[in-house]
Amino acid sequence: MPDTQQLNNLTTQVRRDIVRMVHNVNSGHPGGSLGCTEFFVALYNEIMDIKTDFNMDGIGEDLFFLSNGHISPVFYSVLARRGYFPVKELNTFRLIDSRLQGHPTTHEGLPGIRVASGSLGQGMSVAIGAALAKKLNKDNHTIFSLHGDGELQEGQNWEAIMYAAGNKVDNLISTIDLNGQQIDGATKDVLPMGDLKAKFEAFGWDVMEIEKGNDLEAVIAGLKEAKSRTGKGKPVCILLHTIMGHGVDFMMGTHAWHGKAPNDEQLEKALAQNPETLGDY
Amino acid sequence: MKKYTYTEKIDTRSGFGAGLTELGRTNPNVVALCADLVGSLKMADFIKENPERFFQVGIAEANMMGIAAGLTIGGKIPFTGTFANFSTGRVYDQIRQSIAYSDKNVKICASHAGLTLGEDGATHQILEDIGLMKMLPGMTVINPCDFNQTKAATIAIAEHHGPVYLRFGRPAVPNFTPADQKFEIGKAVKINDGTDVTIIATGHLVWEAILAGEELAKQGISADILDIHTIKPLDEDAILASVAKTGCVVTAEEHNYLGGLGESVARTLAVNNPTPQEFVATQDTFGESGTPAQLMDKYGLNSEAIVKAVTKVLKRK
Repeated sequence: MPDTQQLNNLTTQVRRDIVRMVHNVNSGHPGGSLGCTEFFVALYNEIMDIKTDFNMDGIGEDLFFLSNGHISPVFYSVLARRGYFPVKELNTFRLIDSRLQGHPTTHEGLPGIRVASGSLGQGMSVAIGAALAKKLNKDNHTIFSLHGDGELQEGQNWEAIMYAAGNKVDNLISTIDLNGQQIDGATKDVLPMGDLKAKFEAFGWDVMEIEKGNDLEAVIAGLKEAKSRTGKGKPVCILLHTIMGHGVDFMMGTHAWHGKAPNDEQLEKALAQNPETLGDY
Repeated sequence: MKKYTYTEKIDTRSGFGAGLTELGRTNPNVVALCADLVGSLKMADFIKENPERFFQVGIAEANMMGIAAGLTIGGKIPFTGTFANFSTGRVYDQIRQSIAYSDKNVKICASHAGLTLGEDGATHQILEDIGLMKMLPGMTVINPCDFNQTKAATIAIAEHHGPVYLRFGRPAVPNFTPADQKFEIGKAVKINDGTDVTIIATGHLVWEAILAGEELAKQGISADILDIHTIKPLDEDAILASVAKTGCVVTAEEHNYLGGLGESVARTLAVNNPTPQEFVATQDTFGESGTPAQLMDKYGLNSEAIVKAVTKVLKRK
Protein backbone atom coordinates (compact mmCIF):
# COMPACT_ATOMS: atom_id res chain seq x y z
CA MET A 1 0.00 0.00 0.00
CA PRO A 2 1.28 3.48 -0.85
CA ASP A 3 1.73 5.92 2.04
CA THR A 4 -0.32 9.08 2.51
CA GLN A 5 2.28 11.33 0.90
CA GLN A 6 2.43 9.14 -2.19
CA LEU A 7 -1.35 9.18 -2.48
CA ASN A 8 -1.46 12.95 -2.04
CA ASN A 9 1.16 13.30 -4.77
CA LEU A 10 -0.87 11.02 -7.00
CA THR A 11 -4.04 13.04 -6.36
CA THR A 12 -2.30 16.28 -7.34
CA GLN A 13 -0.78 14.68 -10.44
CA VAL A 14 -4.16 13.29 -11.52
CA ARG A 15 -5.62 16.79 -11.27
CA ARG A 16 -2.82 18.06 -13.51
CA ASP A 17 -3.55 15.28 -15.97
CA ILE A 18 -7.26 16.17 -16.03
CA VAL A 19 -6.84 19.84 -16.83
CA ARG A 20 -4.03 19.18 -19.32
CA MET A 21 -6.09 16.52 -21.13
CA VAL A 22 -9.17 18.69 -21.58
CA HIS A 23 -7.09 21.76 -22.45
CA ASN A 24 -5.23 19.84 -25.14
CA VAL A 25 -8.40 19.07 -27.09
CA ASN A 26 -10.43 22.05 -25.90
CA SER A 27 -13.22 19.71 -24.82
CA GLY A 28 -14.15 17.26 -22.11
CA HIS A 29 -15.50 17.42 -18.57
CA PRO A 30 -13.10 18.76 -15.93
CA GLY A 31 -15.61 19.70 -13.19
CA GLY A 32 -16.86 16.27 -12.14
CA SER A 33 -13.45 14.73 -12.83
CA LEU A 34 -11.70 17.08 -10.39
CA GLY A 35 -14.44 16.55 -7.81
CA CYS A 36 -14.06 12.78 -7.91
CA THR A 37 -10.26 12.63 -7.92
CA GLU A 38 -9.90 11.54 -4.29
CA PHE A 39 -12.55 8.85 -4.81
CA PHE A 40 -10.75 7.33 -7.81
CA VAL A 41 -7.31 7.53 -6.22
CA ALA A 42 -8.57 5.86 -3.06
CA LEU A 43 -10.56 3.20 -4.89
CA TYR A 44 -7.81 2.05 -7.23
CA ASN A 45 -4.88 2.40 -4.84
CA GLU A 46 -6.25 1.56 -1.40
CA ILE A 47 -9.61 -0.14 -1.60
CA MET A 48 -10.07 -2.48 -4.53
CA ASP A 49 -8.44 -5.89 -4.78
CA ILE A 50 -7.46 -5.75 -8.46
CA LYS A 51 -5.29 -7.34 -11.10
CA THR A 52 -3.72 -4.89 -13.50
CA ASP A 53 -3.18 -7.56 -16.16
CA PHE A 54 -6.61 -6.79 -17.48
CA ASN A 55 -9.13 -9.53 -18.18
CA MET A 56 -12.70 -8.64 -19.15
CA ASP A 57 -14.30 -11.31 -16.96
CA GLY A 58 -12.49 -10.03 -13.86
CA ILE A 59 -12.74 -13.31 -11.97
CA GLY A 60 -11.15 -13.13 -8.51
CA GLU A 61 -10.97 -9.35 -8.27
CA ASP A 62 -13.08 -6.33 -7.33
CA LEU A 63 -14.59 -4.49 -10.28
CA PHE A 64 -15.55 -0.87 -10.87
CA PHE A 65 -18.15 0.58 -13.23
CA LEU A 66 -18.31 4.28 -14.11
CA SER A 67 -21.88 5.18 -14.98
CA ASN A 68 -21.35 8.91 -15.48
CA GLY A 69 -18.90 8.30 -18.29
CA HIS A 70 -18.28 11.96 -19.05
CA ILE A 71 -15.81 12.16 -16.17
CA SER A 72 -13.52 9.96 -18.25
CA PRO A 73 -10.43 12.19 -17.71
CA VAL A 74 -10.11 11.21 -14.03
CA PHE A 75 -10.85 7.55 -14.87
CA TYR A 76 -8.21 7.43 -17.60
CA SER A 77 -5.57 9.20 -15.52
CA VAL A 78 -6.06 6.92 -12.51
CA LEU A 79 -6.13 3.76 -14.64
CA ALA A 80 -2.95 4.75 -16.46
CA ARG A 81 -1.11 5.69 -13.28
CA ARG A 82 -2.23 2.41 -11.68
CA GLY A 83 -0.58 0.54 -14.55
CA TYR A 84 -3.45 -0.48 -16.81
CA PHE A 85 -1.95 1.28 -19.84
CA PRO A 86 0.96 3.64 -20.59
CA VAL A 87 0.69 7.06 -18.95
CA LYS A 88 1.91 8.71 -22.15
CA GLU A 89 -1.26 7.49 -23.87
CA LEU A 90 -3.17 10.16 -21.92
CA ASN A 91 -1.99 12.59 -24.60
CA THR A 92 -4.31 10.89 -27.10
CA PHE A 93 -7.49 11.73 -25.15
CA ARG A 94 -10.35 12.52 -27.56
CA LEU A 95 -8.05 12.49 -30.59
CA ILE A 96 -8.68 10.47 -33.74
CA ASP A 97 -7.59 6.81 -33.58
CA SER A 98 -7.31 6.90 -29.79
CA ARG A 99 -8.33 4.25 -27.28
CA LEU A 100 -9.23 7.13 -24.95
CA GLN A 101 -12.59 8.07 -26.42
CA GLY A 102 -14.54 11.08 -25.15
CA HIS A 103 -16.60 8.67 -23.10
CA PRO A 104 -15.15 5.33 -21.95
CA THR A 105 -15.69 2.31 -24.16
CA THR A 106 -14.63 -1.30 -24.47
CA HIS A 107 -14.77 -0.88 -28.23
CA GLU A 108 -11.16 0.21 -28.65
CA GLY A 109 -9.83 -2.36 -26.20
CA LEU A 110 -8.59 0.01 -23.51
CA PRO A 111 -7.59 -2.06 -20.45
CA GLY A 112 -9.61 -1.25 -17.35
CA ILE A 113 -12.89 -0.47 -19.11
CA ARG A 114 -15.61 -3.14 -18.90
CA VAL A 115 -18.61 -1.37 -20.41
CA ALA A 116 -19.28 1.74 -22.43
CA SER A 117 -20.90 4.63 -20.57
CA GLY A 118 -21.90 8.14 -21.46
CA SER A 119 -25.58 7.84 -22.18
CA LEU A 120 -26.58 8.24 -18.55
CA GLY A 121 -28.42 6.00 -16.14
CA GLN A 122 -27.21 2.60 -17.32
CA GLY A 123 -24.24 1.79 -15.11
CA MET A 124 -26.03 0.56 -12.01
CA SER A 125 -27.88 -2.12 -13.97
CA VAL A 126 -24.61 -3.33 -15.46
CA ALA A 127 -22.97 -3.31 -12.03
CA ILE A 128 -25.84 -5.40 -10.65
CA GLY A 129 -25.37 -7.93 -13.47
CA ALA A 130 -21.67 -8.18 -12.70
CA ALA A 131 -22.50 -8.60 -9.00
CA LEU A 132 -24.92 -11.42 -9.82
CA ALA A 133 -22.25 -13.10 -11.95
CA LYS A 134 -19.86 -12.90 -8.96
CA LYS A 135 -22.43 -14.66 -6.82
CA LEU A 136 -23.03 -17.37 -9.45
CA ASN A 137 -19.27 -17.86 -9.73
CA LYS A 138 -18.93 -17.97 -5.93
CA ASP A 139 -16.39 -15.18 -6.32
CA ASN A 140 -16.30 -13.31 -3.03
CA HIS A 141 -15.36 -9.90 -4.42
CA THR A 142 -17.10 -6.55 -4.50
CA ILE A 143 -18.58 -4.51 -7.33
CA PHE A 144 -18.20 -0.73 -7.11
CA SER A 145 -20.03 1.80 -9.23
CA LEU A 146 -20.09 5.59 -9.46
CA HIS A 147 -23.01 7.77 -10.54
CA GLY A 148 -23.57 11.48 -10.83
CA ASP A 149 -26.28 12.97 -8.66
CA GLY A 150 -27.96 14.58 -11.65
CA GLU A 151 -27.77 11.20 -13.35
CA LEU A 152 -30.31 9.87 -10.84
CA GLN A 153 -32.92 11.80 -12.82
CA GLU A 154 -32.77 8.93 -15.35
CA GLY A 155 -35.54 6.46 -14.52
CA GLN A 156 -33.53 3.31 -15.18
CA ASN A 157 -31.59 4.00 -11.98
CA TRP A 158 -34.71 3.51 -9.92
CA GLU A 159 -35.48 0.22 -11.63
CA ALA A 160 -31.97 -0.85 -10.67
CA ILE A 161 -32.18 0.53 -7.12
CA MET A 162 -35.44 -1.40 -6.62
CA TYR A 163 -33.99 -4.60 -8.07
CA ALA A 164 -30.75 -4.54 -6.07
CA ALA A 165 -32.51 -4.17 -2.74
CA GLY A 166 -35.34 -6.56 -3.59
CA ASN A 167 -32.85 -9.25 -4.58
CA LYS A 168 -30.31 -8.63 -1.82
CA VAL A 169 -27.44 -7.76 -4.13
CA ASP A 170 -25.18 -7.17 -1.15
CA ASN A 171 -21.84 -7.36 -2.96
CA LEU A 172 -22.50 -3.98 -4.58
CA ILE A 173 -21.35 -0.54 -3.41
CA SER A 174 -22.86 2.26 -5.49
CA THR A 175 -21.49 5.74 -4.86
CA ILE A 176 -23.37 8.90 -5.76
CA ASP A 177 -21.21 11.93 -6.49
CA LEU A 178 -23.23 14.49 -4.60
CA ASN A 179 -21.87 17.74 -6.02
CA GLY A 180 -25.26 19.35 -6.54
CA GLN A 181 -24.46 20.47 -10.07
CA GLN A 182 -25.48 19.44 -13.57
CA ILE A 183 -25.08 20.98 -17.02
CA ASP A 184 -27.92 23.48 -16.81
CA GLY A 185 -27.30 24.53 -13.23
CA ALA A 186 -27.74 23.33 -9.67
CA THR A 187 -29.60 20.03 -9.39
CA LYS A 188 -32.03 21.69 -6.98
CA ASP A 189 -32.99 24.13 -9.73
CA VAL A 190 -32.96 21.80 -12.72
CA LEU A 191 -34.97 18.98 -11.14
CA PRO A 192 -35.06 18.78 -7.35
CA MET A 193 -34.47 15.20 -6.24
CA GLY A 194 -35.46 15.58 -2.64
CA ASP A 195 -33.87 13.59 0.13
CA LEU A 196 -31.69 11.02 -1.61
CA LYS A 197 -30.66 9.34 1.63
CA ALA A 198 -34.29 8.78 2.57
CA LYS A 199 -35.08 7.59 -0.93
CA PHE A 200 -32.31 4.98 -1.03
CA GLU A 201 -33.24 3.85 2.47
CA ALA A 202 -36.90 3.60 1.51
CA PHE A 203 -35.88 1.33 -1.36
CA GLY A 204 -34.04 -0.88 1.14
CA TRP A 205 -30.38 0.11 0.75
CA ASP A 206 -27.81 0.51 3.48
CA VAL A 207 -26.89 4.18 3.04
CA MET A 208 -23.84 5.99 4.41
CA GLU A 209 -22.43 9.42 3.76
CA ILE A 210 -18.91 10.64 3.21
CA GLU A 211 -19.20 14.29 4.18
CA LYS A 212 -15.69 15.23 3.09
CA GLY A 213 -15.52 13.72 -0.37
CA ASN A 214 -12.43 15.73 -1.27
CA ASP A 215 -10.47 14.69 1.82
CA LEU A 216 -8.45 11.63 0.83
CA GLU A 217 -8.29 10.13 4.32
CA ALA A 218 -12.03 10.60 4.83
CA VAL A 219 -12.75 8.95 1.48
CA ILE A 220 -10.48 5.99 2.26
CA ALA A 221 -12.07 5.54 5.67
CA GLY A 222 -15.55 5.81 4.18
CA LEU A 223 -14.87 3.27 1.45
CA LYS A 224 -13.39 0.86 3.98
CA GLU A 225 -16.49 1.27 6.11
CA ALA A 226 -18.68 0.62 3.06
CA LYS A 227 -16.77 -2.55 2.24
CA SER A 228 -17.30 -3.79 5.78
CA ARG A 229 -21.04 -3.39 5.30
CA THR A 230 -21.21 -5.69 2.26
CA GLY A 231 -22.46 -9.25 2.55
CA LYS A 232 -25.19 -8.32 5.01
CA GLY A 233 -28.24 -8.65 2.79
CA LYS A 234 -28.39 -5.09 1.47
CA PRO A 235 -26.67 -3.19 -1.34
CA VAL A 236 -24.61 -0.31 0.01
CA CYS A 237 -24.99 3.30 -1.14
CA ILE A 238 -22.43 5.99 -0.44
CA LEU A 239 -23.51 9.60 -0.72
CA LEU A 240 -20.19 11.22 -1.51
CA HIS A 241 -20.27 14.95 -0.87
CA THR A 242 -17.84 16.57 -3.29
CA ILE A 243 -17.20 19.97 -4.77
CA MET A 244 -17.33 20.09 -8.55
CA GLY A 245 -14.01 21.40 -9.85
CA HIS A 246 -12.20 20.78 -6.54
CA GLY A 247 -8.52 21.70 -6.57
CA VAL A 248 -8.76 24.51 -9.11
CA ASP A 249 -10.16 27.55 -7.33
CA PHE A 250 -11.89 29.22 -10.25
CA MET A 251 -13.62 25.96 -11.26
CA MET A 252 -14.93 25.08 -7.82
CA GLY A 253 -18.59 24.77 -6.89
CA THR A 254 -20.11 25.87 -10.17
CA HIS A 255 -21.71 24.02 -13.06
CA ALA A 256 -19.89 26.36 -15.44
CA TRP A 257 -16.94 23.93 -15.67
CA HIS A 258 -19.02 20.79 -16.05
CA GLY A 259 -18.08 20.41 -19.69
CA LYS A 260 -15.74 23.26 -20.57
CA ALA A 261 -12.00 23.28 -21.14
CA PRO A 262 -9.65 25.94 -19.75
CA ASN A 263 -7.86 28.29 -22.13
CA ASP A 264 -4.05 28.69 -22.05
CA GLU A 265 -4.07 31.26 -19.29
CA GLN A 266 -6.56 29.34 -17.18
CA LEU A 267 -4.51 26.18 -17.65
CA GLU A 268 -1.44 27.89 -16.23
CA LYS A 269 -3.40 29.03 -13.20
CA ALA A 270 -4.82 25.55 -12.68
CA LEU A 271 -1.40 23.91 -12.97
CA ALA A 272 0.16 26.43 -10.60
CA GLN A 273 -2.35 25.29 -7.99
CA ASN A 274 -1.41 21.65 -8.63
CA PRO A 275 2.37 21.42 -8.95
CA GLU A 276 3.90 18.49 -10.80
CA THR A 277 4.60 15.55 -8.48
CA LEU A 278 4.97 12.30 -10.39
CA GLY A 279 5.86 13.68 -13.80
CA ASP A 280 3.50 14.90 -16.50
CA TYR A 281 2.53 12.53 -19.30
CA MET B 1 -42.35 -27.91 -56.27
CA LYS B 2 -40.89 -29.91 -53.45
CA LYS B 3 -43.59 -31.31 -51.17
CA TYR B 4 -43.66 -30.04 -47.57
CA THR B 5 -45.72 -31.60 -44.80
CA TYR B 6 -46.02 -31.01 -41.11
CA THR B 7 -47.19 -33.04 -38.17
CA GLU B 8 -48.52 -30.21 -36.05
CA LYS B 9 -49.06 -26.51 -35.76
CA ILE B 10 -47.17 -25.07 -32.82
CA ASP B 11 -45.87 -21.64 -31.83
CA THR B 12 -42.29 -20.57 -32.46
CA ARG B 13 -42.04 -19.21 -28.90
CA SER B 14 -42.40 -22.79 -27.68
CA GLY B 15 -39.41 -23.63 -29.88
CA PHE B 16 -37.49 -20.96 -27.96
CA GLY B 17 -38.65 -22.41 -24.65
CA ALA B 18 -37.59 -25.91 -25.69
CA GLY B 19 -34.21 -24.67 -26.88
CA LEU B 20 -33.62 -22.74 -23.66
CA THR B 21 -34.53 -25.79 -21.59
CA GLU B 22 -31.99 -27.85 -23.50
CA LEU B 23 -29.32 -25.17 -23.03
CA GLY B 24 -30.06 -25.22 -19.31
CA ARG B 25 -29.08 -28.88 -19.27
CA THR B 26 -26.04 -28.62 -21.54
CA ASN B 27 -24.43 -25.22 -20.95
CA PRO B 28 -23.84 -24.16 -17.33
CA ASN B 29 -23.01 -20.60 -18.39
CA VAL B 30 -26.43 -19.94 -19.88
CA VAL B 31 -28.60 -17.73 -17.66
CA ALA B 32 -32.04 -16.31 -18.37
CA LEU B 33 -33.81 -13.07 -17.49
CA CYS B 34 -37.44 -12.13 -17.91
CA ALA B 35 -39.49 -8.97 -17.47
CA ASP B 36 -42.71 -10.43 -16.08
CA LEU B 37 -43.63 -12.59 -19.10
CA VAL B 38 -42.39 -16.03 -18.11
CA GLY B 39 -45.52 -17.82 -19.34
CA SER B 40 -45.63 -15.99 -22.65
CA LEU B 41 -41.97 -16.73 -23.31
CA LYS B 42 -42.29 -20.43 -22.34
CA MET B 43 -39.44 -20.16 -19.84
CA ALA B 44 -41.06 -22.24 -17.08
CA ASP B 45 -39.08 -25.45 -17.67
CA PHE B 46 -35.73 -23.65 -17.66
CA ILE B 47 -36.68 -21.88 -14.43
CA LYS B 48 -37.85 -25.09 -12.76
CA GLU B 49 -34.63 -26.88 -13.57
CA ASN B 50 -32.26 -23.94 -13.00
CA PRO B 51 -33.79 -21.57 -10.46
CA GLU B 52 -30.40 -20.13 -9.50
CA ARG B 53 -29.70 -19.22 -13.13
CA PHE B 54 -32.94 -17.32 -13.67
CA PHE B 55 -33.48 -13.63 -12.88
CA GLN B 56 -37.00 -12.20 -12.72
CA VAL B 57 -36.52 -8.45 -13.13
CA GLY B 58 -40.15 -7.37 -13.09
CA ILE B 59 -41.60 -4.83 -15.49
CA ALA B 60 -38.30 -3.07 -15.98
CA GLU B 61 -36.84 -3.88 -19.38
CA ALA B 62 -34.13 -1.22 -19.36
CA ASN B 63 -32.72 -2.62 -16.13
CA MET B 64 -32.97 -6.14 -17.59
CA MET B 65 -30.79 -5.22 -20.57
CA GLY B 66 -28.19 -3.63 -18.30
CA ILE B 67 -28.13 -6.57 -15.91
CA ALA B 68 -27.74 -8.90 -18.87
CA ALA B 69 -24.76 -6.89 -20.07
CA GLY B 70 -23.21 -7.08 -16.60
CA LEU B 71 -23.75 -10.83 -16.32
CA THR B 72 -21.54 -11.39 -19.35
CA ILE B 73 -18.68 -9.96 -17.28
CA GLY B 74 -17.89 -13.16 -15.44
CA GLY B 75 -18.53 -15.43 -18.40
CA LYS B 76 -22.30 -15.86 -18.32
CA ILE B 77 -24.40 -16.08 -21.50
CA PRO B 78 -27.62 -14.19 -20.72
CA PHE B 79 -30.85 -14.79 -22.65
CA THR B 80 -33.37 -11.99 -22.08
CA GLY B 81 -37.04 -12.66 -22.64
CA THR B 82 -39.91 -10.28 -23.28
CA PHE B 83 -42.15 -9.22 -26.18
CA ALA B 84 -40.39 -7.92 -29.31
CA ASN B 85 -41.77 -4.45 -28.73
CA PHE B 86 -40.24 -4.24 -25.26
CA SER B 87 -37.07 -6.03 -26.38
CA THR B 88 -36.16 -3.35 -28.90
CA GLY B 89 -37.85 0.03 -29.14
CA ARG B 90 -38.34 0.41 -25.41
CA VAL B 91 -34.70 -0.32 -24.64
CA TYR B 92 -32.89 0.79 -27.76
CA ASP B 93 -30.33 2.97 -26.04
CA GLN B 94 -29.57 0.34 -23.40
CA ILE B 95 -28.96 -2.23 -26.13
CA ARG B 96 -26.97 0.23 -28.18
CA GLN B 97 -24.56 1.37 -25.45
CA SER B 98 -24.40 -1.39 -22.84
CA ILE B 99 -24.69 -4.38 -25.20
CA ALA B 100 -23.88 -3.65 -28.86
CA TYR B 101 -21.22 -0.95 -28.51
CA SER B 102 -19.81 -2.76 -25.48
CA ASP B 103 -19.72 -6.04 -27.46
CA LYS B 104 -21.54 -8.00 -24.77
CA ASN B 105 -22.54 -11.60 -25.37
CA VAL B 106 -26.25 -11.06 -24.73
CA LYS B 107 -29.02 -12.96 -26.54
CA ILE B 108 -32.10 -10.75 -26.85
CA CYS B 109 -34.99 -13.16 -27.30
CA ALA B 110 -38.16 -11.51 -28.48
CA SER B 111 -41.58 -13.10 -28.69
CA HIS B 112 -44.91 -11.85 -30.05
CA ALA B 113 -43.23 -10.05 -32.94
CA GLY B 114 -45.32 -8.59 -35.71
CA LEU B 115 -49.04 -8.58 -36.46
CA THR B 116 -49.61 -12.19 -35.37
CA LEU B 117 -49.55 -11.07 -31.76
CA GLY B 118 -53.17 -10.44 -32.63
CA GLU B 119 -55.87 -9.01 -30.42
CA ASP B 120 -53.67 -6.87 -28.16
CA GLY B 121 -53.31 -4.50 -31.08
CA ALA B 122 -50.78 -2.04 -32.40
CA THR B 123 -49.25 -0.98 -29.07
CA HIS B 124 -47.73 -4.45 -28.88
CA GLN B 125 -47.37 -5.38 -32.57
CA ILE B 126 -43.92 -4.15 -33.44
CA LEU B 127 -43.18 -4.07 -37.18
CA GLU B 128 -39.98 -2.07 -36.90
CA ASP B 129 -37.79 -4.30 -34.74
CA ILE B 130 -35.74 -5.95 -37.47
CA GLY B 131 -34.78 -2.53 -38.76
CA LEU B 132 -33.88 -1.22 -35.31
CA MET B 133 -31.71 -4.22 -34.53
CA LYS B 134 -30.01 -4.70 -37.89
CA MET B 135 -28.77 -1.11 -37.83
CA LEU B 136 -26.70 -1.77 -34.72
CA PRO B 137 -23.09 -2.59 -35.62
CA GLY B 138 -22.16 -6.11 -34.56
CA MET B 139 -25.73 -7.25 -33.94
CA THR B 140 -26.81 -10.58 -35.44
CA VAL B 141 -30.52 -10.67 -36.36
CA ILE B 142 -32.40 -13.97 -36.65
CA ASN B 143 -36.09 -14.61 -37.43
CA PRO B 144 -36.74 -18.38 -37.62
CA CYS B 145 -39.82 -19.81 -39.32
CA ASP B 146 -41.20 -22.63 -37.16
CA PHE B 147 -40.82 -24.51 -33.89
CA ASN B 148 -37.93 -26.73 -34.91
CA GLN B 149 -35.95 -23.92 -36.50
CA THR B 150 -36.51 -21.64 -33.50
CA LYS B 151 -35.37 -24.35 -31.12
CA ALA B 152 -32.27 -24.99 -33.22
CA ALA B 153 -31.56 -21.27 -33.49
CA THR B 154 -31.85 -20.80 -29.73
CA ILE B 155 -29.27 -23.52 -29.17
CA ALA B 156 -26.99 -22.24 -31.94
CA ILE B 157 -26.77 -18.66 -30.70
CA ALA B 158 -25.35 -19.79 -27.36
CA GLU B 159 -22.26 -20.94 -29.27
CA HIS B 160 -21.92 -17.64 -31.14
CA HIS B 161 -19.97 -14.93 -29.32
CA GLY B 162 -21.63 -11.54 -29.59
CA PRO B 163 -25.01 -9.88 -29.31
CA VAL B 164 -27.93 -11.57 -31.07
CA TYR B 165 -31.52 -10.53 -31.65
CA LEU B 166 -33.73 -13.62 -31.92
CA ARG B 167 -37.27 -12.87 -33.10
CA PHE B 168 -40.19 -15.26 -32.87
CA GLY B 169 -43.94 -15.24 -32.41
CA ARG B 170 -47.14 -16.20 -30.72
CA PRO B 171 -49.42 -18.11 -33.15
CA ALA B 172 -49.38 -21.83 -33.85
CA VAL B 173 -47.84 -22.31 -37.30
CA PRO B 174 -46.90 -25.44 -39.31
CA ASN B 175 -43.77 -27.12 -37.98
CA PHE B 176 -42.13 -28.41 -41.14
CA THR B 177 -38.39 -27.94 -40.64
CA PRO B 178 -36.74 -31.32 -39.94
CA ALA B 179 -35.94 -31.57 -36.23
CA ASP B 180 -32.35 -32.61 -37.05
CA GLN B 181 -31.69 -29.76 -39.50
CA LYS B 182 -28.47 -28.01 -38.49
CA PHE B 183 -28.94 -24.31 -37.82
CA GLU B 184 -26.16 -22.27 -39.39
CA ILE B 185 -26.20 -18.57 -38.52
CA GLY B 186 -26.02 -16.54 -41.74
CA LYS B 187 -26.81 -19.45 -44.06
CA ALA B 188 -30.02 -19.49 -46.09
CA VAL B 189 -32.06 -22.69 -46.24
CA LYS B 190 -33.05 -23.69 -49.76
CA ILE B 191 -36.75 -24.54 -49.71
CA ASN B 192 -37.20 -25.18 -53.44
CA ASP B 193 -35.13 -25.15 -56.61
CA GLY B 194 -36.76 -23.13 -59.35
CA THR B 195 -35.96 -21.04 -62.40
CA ASP B 196 -38.58 -18.32 -62.96
CA VAL B 197 -38.66 -16.23 -59.81
CA THR B 198 -36.85 -16.05 -56.46
CA ILE B 199 -38.95 -15.88 -53.32
CA ILE B 200 -37.03 -14.88 -50.21
CA ALA B 201 -38.99 -15.21 -46.97
CA THR B 202 -38.32 -15.00 -43.27
CA GLY B 203 -40.22 -16.03 -40.12
CA HIS B 204 -43.90 -16.86 -40.44
CA LEU B 205 -43.84 -15.94 -44.14
CA VAL B 206 -41.69 -18.95 -45.06
CA TRP B 207 -44.67 -21.31 -44.84
CA GLU B 208 -46.70 -18.83 -46.87
CA ALA B 209 -43.92 -18.86 -49.47
CA ILE B 210 -44.22 -22.65 -49.66
CA LEU B 211 -47.97 -22.37 -50.22
CA ALA B 212 -47.33 -19.70 -52.84
CA GLY B 213 -44.78 -21.96 -54.54
CA GLU B 214 -47.38 -24.73 -54.78
CA GLU B 215 -49.92 -22.37 -56.31
CA LEU B 216 -47.37 -20.97 -58.75
CA ALA B 217 -46.40 -24.50 -59.80
CA LYS B 218 -50.01 -25.08 -60.78
CA GLN B 219 -49.71 -22.01 -63.01
CA GLY B 220 -46.54 -23.38 -64.52
CA ILE B 221 -44.25 -20.94 -62.70
CA SER B 222 -41.14 -22.41 -61.11
CA ALA B 223 -40.15 -20.60 -57.88
CA ASP B 224 -36.71 -20.71 -56.30
CA ILE B 225 -37.49 -20.31 -52.59
CA LEU B 226 -35.07 -19.31 -49.84
CA ASP B 227 -35.73 -19.34 -46.11
CA ILE B 228 -33.57 -16.48 -44.84
CA HIS B 229 -33.66 -16.96 -41.09
CA THR B 230 -30.64 -14.72 -40.56
CA ILE B 231 -31.28 -11.20 -41.75
CA LYS B 232 -27.89 -10.06 -40.53
CA PRO B 233 -25.39 -11.22 -41.59
CA LEU B 234 -27.28 -11.79 -44.82
CA ASP B 235 -26.44 -14.81 -47.00
CA GLU B 236 -25.64 -12.70 -50.05
CA ASP B 237 -24.12 -15.61 -51.95
CA ALA B 238 -27.34 -17.62 -51.79
CA ILE B 239 -29.41 -14.61 -52.87
CA LEU B 240 -27.14 -13.70 -55.78
CA ALA B 241 -26.91 -17.31 -56.96
CA SER B 242 -30.67 -17.61 -57.00
CA VAL B 243 -31.28 -14.30 -58.72
CA ALA B 244 -28.67 -15.13 -61.35
CA LYS B 245 -30.98 -18.00 -62.36
CA THR B 246 -34.33 -16.26 -62.07
CA GLY B 247 -33.78 -12.55 -62.77
CA CYS B 248 -36.47 -11.34 -60.39
CA VAL B 249 -37.27 -11.52 -56.69
CA VAL B 250 -40.09 -11.24 -54.16
CA THR B 251 -39.26 -10.75 -50.49
CA ALA B 252 -41.77 -11.63 -47.78
CA GLU B 253 -41.73 -10.72 -44.11
CA GLU B 254 -43.96 -9.81 -41.17
CA HIS B 255 -42.39 -6.37 -40.85
CA ASN B 256 -42.52 -2.90 -42.31
CA TYR B 257 -41.00 -2.74 -45.81
CA LEU B 258 -38.83 0.03 -44.38
CA GLY B 259 -35.94 -1.50 -42.49
CA GLY B 260 -36.76 -5.13 -43.04
CA LEU B 261 -35.40 -8.14 -44.92
CA GLY B 262 -36.59 -6.71 -48.23
CA GLU B 263 -34.42 -3.63 -47.88
CA SER B 264 -31.38 -5.71 -47.03
CA VAL B 265 -31.96 -7.86 -50.11
CA ALA B 266 -32.52 -4.76 -52.25
CA ARG B 267 -29.20 -3.32 -51.15
CA THR B 268 -27.38 -6.54 -51.95
CA LEU B 269 -28.94 -6.61 -55.41
CA ALA B 270 -28.38 -2.90 -56.07
CA VAL B 271 -24.68 -3.26 -55.35
CA ASN B 272 -24.12 -6.57 -57.11
CA ASN B 273 -26.84 -7.26 -59.65
CA PRO B 274 -29.73 -4.79 -59.95
CA THR B 275 -32.88 -6.88 -60.20
CA PRO B 276 -36.64 -6.21 -60.22
CA GLN B 277 -38.01 -6.79 -56.72
CA GLU B 278 -41.43 -6.71 -55.06
CA PHE B 279 -41.96 -6.43 -51.32
CA VAL B 280 -44.51 -8.42 -49.35
CA ALA B 281 -44.45 -6.50 -46.07
CA THR B 282 -46.52 -3.97 -44.19
CA GLN B 283 -46.69 -0.64 -45.95
CA ASP B 284 -45.34 1.79 -43.35
CA THR B 285 -48.36 1.39 -41.10
CA PHE B 286 -49.24 0.33 -37.57
CA GLY B 287 -51.32 -2.79 -36.99
CA GLU B 288 -54.62 -3.18 -35.12
CA SER B 289 -56.62 -5.70 -33.09
CA GLY B 290 -57.86 -8.87 -34.79
CA THR B 291 -57.05 -12.53 -35.07
CA PRO B 292 -53.64 -13.34 -36.55
CA ALA B 293 -55.21 -14.76 -39.70
CA GLN B 294 -57.46 -11.73 -40.18
CA LEU B 295 -54.53 -9.38 -39.75
CA MET B 296 -52.24 -11.25 -42.11
CA ASP B 297 -55.02 -11.18 -44.72
CA LYS B 298 -55.86 -7.53 -44.22
CA TYR B 299 -52.23 -6.37 -44.34
CA GLY B 300 -51.32 -8.60 -47.28
CA LEU B 301 -48.90 -10.99 -45.59
CA ASN B 302 -49.93 -14.37 -46.95
CA SER B 303 -49.48 -16.76 -49.85
CA GLU B 304 -52.01 -14.92 -52.03
CA ALA B 305 -50.07 -11.70 -51.60
CA ILE B 306 -46.85 -13.50 -52.53
CA VAL B 307 -48.44 -14.99 -55.68
CA LYS B 308 -49.71 -11.54 -56.64
CA ALA B 309 -46.26 -10.02 -56.11
CA VAL B 310 -44.70 -12.77 -58.23
CA THR B 311 -47.13 -12.08 -61.07
CA LYS B 312 -46.20 -8.41 -60.88
CA VAL B 313 -42.45 -8.89 -60.73
CA LEU B 314 -42.43 -11.40 -63.60
CA LYS B 315 -43.78 -8.65 -65.86
CA ARG B 316 -40.84 -6.43 -64.88
CA LYS B 317 -38.16 -8.91 -65.92
